[in-house]
Amino acid sequence: MAAKLITFKDVSQDWGTFRLRDVSFTVDEGEYFVILGPTGAGKTLILETIAGFYTPNSGEILLRGRECSDVMPEHRNVGFVYQDYALFPHMTVEENIRFGLEIREIPEQEADKRVESLLEMLNITGLRARYPRNLSGGEQQRVAIARALVIEPDILLLDEPLSALDTRTREALREELKRIHRAQGTTTVHVTHDQTEALLLADRVAVIIDGEMAQIGSPQEVFNTPSSVMVADFLGVDNVIKGNIVENVEGVARVEFNGYRLYATSALGSGEVYAFLRPENIILSKAPIETSARNVLKSTVENVTQLGSIYQIHLNTGLSAVVTHQSVEELELKPGTEIYASFKATAVHLIKH
Amino acid sequence: MSITRRRYPLSIIFSVIGSVLLLFTVFTLLNMVARQVLFDFGGLIDAATDSFVLESIGLTLYASLLSTIFTVLFGTPLAYVLARHDFSGKSLIEAVIDVPVIIPHSVAGIALYVLLMSRSPLGSVFAGIGIVFEDHLAGIVAAMAFVSSSLYINAARDGFQSVDPRLERVARTLGANQWEAFSRVTMPLAVKSLLSGAILSWARGISEFGAVVMIAFYPMIAPVLIYYRFTTMGLKGSQPIAVMLIIICLTVFLLLRLYSERWRRN
Repeated sequence: MAAKLITFKDVSQDWGTFRLRDVSFTVDEGEYFVILGPTGAGKTLILETIAGFYTPNSGEILLRGRECSDVMPEHRNVGFVYQDYALFPHMTVEENIRFGLEIREIPEQEADKRVESLLEMLNITGLRARYPRNLSGGEQQRVAIARALVIEPDILLLDEPLSALDTRTREALREELKRIHRAQGTTTVHVTHDQTEALLLADRVAVIIDGEMAQIGSPQEVFNTPSSVMVADFLGVDNVIKGNIVENVEGVARVEFNGYRLYATSALGSGEVYAFLRPENIILSKAPIETSARNVLKSTVENVTQLGSIYQIHLNTGLSAVVTHQSVEELELKPGTEIYASFKATAVHLIKH
Repeated sequence: MSITRRRYPLSIIFSVIGSVLLLFTVFTLLNMVARQVLFDFGGLIDAATDSFVLESIGLTLYASLLSTIFTVLFGTPLAYVLARHDFSGKSLIEAVIDVPVIIPHSVAGIALYVLLMSRSPLGSVFAGIGIVFEDHLAGIVAAMAFVSSSLYINAARDGFQSVDPRLERVARTLGANQWEAFSRVTMPLAVKSLLSGAILSWARGISEFGAVVMIAFYPMIAPVLIYYRFTTMGLKGSQPIAVMLIIICLTVFLLLRLYSERWRRN
């Protein structure tokens, strides 16, 4: 088992506008850990606490198993990337990246080597002499990441790193973050309100709502089986299925998952994908029904959960549907019931993994 | 192709009304300088070659420079604390900083005199280590610092406030201690504001009369000399010195402004 790098033990903290209540979690060495929560919920403050700018009112924070409240930020060896990058405006790109090395008095030869390799890895060699004000958002973000990585941090803290970017740049940088994490293996804590980011990047996701840890687990666990109405509300209850595209015929992809297959309209031709399907788009029936739906899956009910006024029906295929109380009674939905789940190919949205 | 911005009637009316104050300032000063140059150029030459006048102007610039250095040394940390921290009593402190601006400067001068005169407890302590305020350079500097410090402190505080505290935090995570984050990130970014605050404070020191005259009639700084000549010799004796002081001050400030503008751009 990997070593625990960060441990939050019943951490409570009151910042006036935002508070944490008895938050506990651990982040393992090398893990990509995403904290997911609504915008403006003080997720930045959690990262700043890890970085050492706040001491919790109660509870403990351990770094490598050691209580760390007396360790100054400059001795924690964390890399911090803010939402709007916070590059030093009076320094060039290269000076920004070099800052941490100069402060640490890293020998010049070693410093040069690290700076060059990061400039190259993030594809910003051509920008080295430019000032931040002359860079696009995406470029600034790359510089901020390079500046944080150059000190070879134990932990990389990313504060909504993609949310200020336009869609195309965001997708490109998301891939980049994944690539960097694979290459460097730096333990990463990434806070975001964006579920796609959490799903595509996280080894594990922690959902924090109203200052409380609402759920923690693998992205698929969290998205497919929200532990509470609160989490389901925030995530908007979605089916997220990991699968493989087997073929694509005229814009309809055949995806195999969990030993089942589904059809989805998509331009993707092959590879691993995540399939998104909103539970309300699944129609349950006792017998196969005559519809235009491309997908009809014979399933067995595994579980029935009440979510407020509606019921979530978990099926053995890994999918879940939502129905009213009336349907539960009419279809006699209970664990073991055999049922047909139908949905259109256009209701399934594929994202490349 | 150049774009001409549309002008609206109200903007034109406001511009015309607004220019009255501007003209008031410019015309007042220009009028005096022009009268001196056109009607009594000889008097100006006399003043410019009068070593007593030159020494007085030199003393004024020097004393105000010392006052500014004093203010920068003690005002910078204060401004930083005010910019970065919230604490109870902060608005009281900020009000105290602004007090010298609103009290009559003759009152400030009397208060300083009472505090620092050799017969006073504090004055005798200073006298014991050889610092005398009454009719000495130290008194001039103290009076100038008293009336001009708020200009520097406020400018410096605004300057520090304009630097995103997250820049300091990033610097800290990169291994900088508090002092390094301050000196390598915050300071270089705020230095323009600090500099313009210092220039303002220096100018304010040079222009001070009321507070200085109460504690140090001698050695005569230029504003005191001008007043003295006005009461004993009338316009003919005082106006040339006033014109000289204006010309010297404007030249110095213009140069400093240009220099800091250029520096700002780089």
